[in-house]
Amino acid sequence: MTALEKEPTTPAQGEPLVVLSDVQKWYGDLHVLKDINLTVHRGEVVVVIGPSGSGKSTLCRTINRLETIGEGSIQLDGKPLPEEGKALANLRAEVGMVFQSFNLFAHKTILENVTLGPIKVRGVKKADADAKAQELLDRVGVGHQAAKYPAQLSGGQQQRVAIARALAMEPKVMLFDEPTSALDPEMISEVLDVMVTLAKGGMTMVVVTHEMGFARTAADRVVFMADGQIVEENTPEEFFTNPQSPRAQDFLGKILKH
Amino acid sequence: MEAITTDFDLYLKGFGLTVGLFVASGIASLVFGALLAAARVGPISVLAKASAAYVTLFRNTPLLMIFIFIAIAMPRIGFTFNFVEEIRVGDWNISGFFFRACLALTLYTSAFVCEAFRSGINAVPIGQAEAARALGLTFGQNMTNIVMPQALRAVVPPLTSVQIALAKNTSVAAAFGIAEATATMRLLGNRYGDQTVEIFFFIAVGYIIIVEIVALGSYALERRWKAAAR
Repeated sequence: MTALEKEPTTPAQGEPLVVLSDVQKWYGDLHVLKDINLTVHRGEVVVVIGPSGSGKSTLCRTINRLETIGEGSIQLDGKPLPEEGKALANLRAEVGMVFQSFNLFAHKTILENVTLGPIKVRGVKKADADAKAQELLDRVGVGHQAAKYPAQLSGGQQQRVAIARALAMEPKVMLFDEPTSALDPEMISEVLDVMVTLAKGGMTMVVVTHEMGFARTAADRVVFMADGQIVEENTPEEFFTNPQSPRAQDFLGKILKH
Repeated sequence: MEAITTDFDLYLKGFGLTVGLFVASGIASLVFGALLAAARVGPISVLAKASAAYVTLFRNTPLLMIFIFIAIAMPRIGFTFNFVEEIRVGDWNISGFFFRACLALTLYTSAFVCEAFRSGINAVPIGQAEAARALGLTFGQNMTNIVMPQALRAVVPPLTSVQIALAKNTSVAAAFGIAEATATMRLLGNRYGDQTVEIFFFIAVGYIIIVEIVALGSYALERRWKAAAR
């Protein structure tokens, strides 16, 4: 396990923002997260990869407590995650989340999807929220669709709206749970482009993905998970050219063959 | 014919009361039923269990029994609800009878409204509520802004059936001294014994008109929401 001890060659930019310590989670008898220790620093982009069922999505969802944990602790910006209620809602407002299935609010327009959080959670005035939302939508390239409903947009457009919706809350960290897995191949790049821009802009990101190209270009660190454990952590360069664990070698061998 | 024409004011008064009972308990049951449904799916387990127990109790009890309990048993143990007669709007006021009838209808219908809403809530994809939670919306905000509006679209047809059943269930109040449409039918039937068929026919038409208005309103809602989303 030399890879685990190794310092990343590109040093983390800031202080620790998300800290998971000895996190354990069970679904009944199934041990889905085992001894997870992970620190994400401010401004850092961490890409989590691994085979299906390795617990990477579950890991991502524990960070804003959409999944509870069995043991261990998770801290965000120095404070432990609240258990329930208003405090938890406040924490979630600080953590942006982008889902595999977009989850745009089906009964609200694109603009309303983006303004809902700022208006209801932050108490921003409607006019200000509208202006900010329009600016964000323009930035992700769907500004002209603002008056439409989600079902009228393509998958790639919907996912870019979902990113704008999360950004409207001005989160400290963005979580991406397989953001391109439900997309047609030709729409993947338009979403990845937005994510790369975001990463370059200094956003702290945790990205669960199968897109190795994105991991190579945008990640500061790659975390490889298998069977609920973090097996290997390294810079993308080191990880892809010189994986240490047999499990990672096997995984990369399979996906990079074609 | 003459039974209806000469006593047309009685006929109108009867249906006025029927509509009054229907609208008052209709609105009350929608509000209370929605609250029950929210409690049922909410994170507080005591409320969820209480709501489930309520539905079991009131859905499984005949409406007539609930009426008997509210209209006869409750006043005997000191709950007459006659204080509502003090509330005056102009020269109009509510009778204790009318209030108790509304209470019985509301308690009964709310159980069905709750279950209709619950089926609608279950029809909203889990990701919708998750996305709202991830934005930092509280349970209440999530329910009122995201889940209930979408559930409502899914439950218009079953909710309409529940409300139509309520419109006709108001006739049970006839047995408790409220001169609504069915009681009026009996009254006119006694007065004009040779015209029972006509009287029955006109009363039936009155009910059909009320129910048709509700149904047409429901279709209009469905069309509007279908046009708005997807």
